[in-house]
Amino acid sequence: MYRKDKFGIIKTSKMSEISSLPLQFLILSFITILSALYVVTSKNPVHSVLALILTFFSISAHYILLNAQFLAIVNLMVYAGAIMVLFLFVLMLLNLSKESEPIKSNLWGIAASIAAGMVLITLTAAFQKSGIAVMPAPSEGIGLVKNLGRVLMTEYLVPFELSGILFISAMVGAVLLGKRDKNSEELVDLNNNNNA
Amino acid sequence: MLNVFHNLEISHYIYLSTVLFSIGLFGVLFRRNAIVLLMCIELMLNSVNLLLAAFTEYMGDANANGQMFVFFIMVVAAAEAAVGLAILVMVYRNTRKTDVSFLDQLKD
Repeated sequence: MYRKDKFGIIKTSKMSEISSLPLQFLILSFITILSALYVVTSKNPVHSVLALILTFFSISAHYILLNAQFLAIVNLMVYAGAIMVLFLFVLMLLNLSKESEPIKSNLWGIAASIAAGMVLITLTAAFQKSGIAVMPAPSEGIGLVKNLGRVLMTEYLVPFELSGILFISAMVGAVLLGKRDKNSEELVDLNNNNNA
Repeated sequence: MLNVFHNLEISHYIYLSTVLFSIGLFGVLFRRNAIVLLMCIELMLNSVNLLLAAFTEYMGDANANGQMFVFFIMVVAAAEAAVGLAILVMVYRNTRKTDVSFLDQLKD
């Protein structure tokens, strides 16, 4: 039986006779892959960061299509909101926003693309044998915060606490690494005094 | 919206995240700027996250074990980004460069 979705595309609800992909998935995958390619190829690191944020947004949209609503929001907040801002902040701090990377030799690029292409070919060839499996009808409420919170606080309680410890140690490590040693601190003080 | 799944196969998600992973791998091998290297690692982690979420949906797992793994991967990625960027700032302070091809003092 036929019906129209909100994009006006007629599709059957009987599955597997049509192999055409849904429009949403196609557009989202297109955006994801293009912006991921731009992350890798862009010379300017700030452009890379912005393209990576676009990639994270489209991956969040994929999560919503996959019924993982809470993951979509967390992905936006943690990745696009926190981690990428940290990257951008470090880029600005180190004043690397201009195109500072030396041109790589062609040989290096060829070697890298051969290596990555081999991985791609091997993985797709391995998955080719797995056969075609159609996604089942979506099950409701799995990805909502009610269900995820219950699972997190019962089955995954110990890993949850351990990840808290991991966070604390990472925070302490980052602060320790980022702290200046005494000598350079005195230098900064000297400079400040001179400026004043 | 959710009737998208009537035409989708799990293999589409597998291929999508394989492509994303390969792009990230290519970036790690190709780029020299250490910050871009870290971003490519984030890209690879995200492709794995996408695949975990797809398989959670595919298996119809009521406990959402795959999504739990995505959470913990996000935790590890956040910690990794913080420590990696701190190391990077320290390296920049000592060498005035973030180019990984200059960081070869351990070779000698």
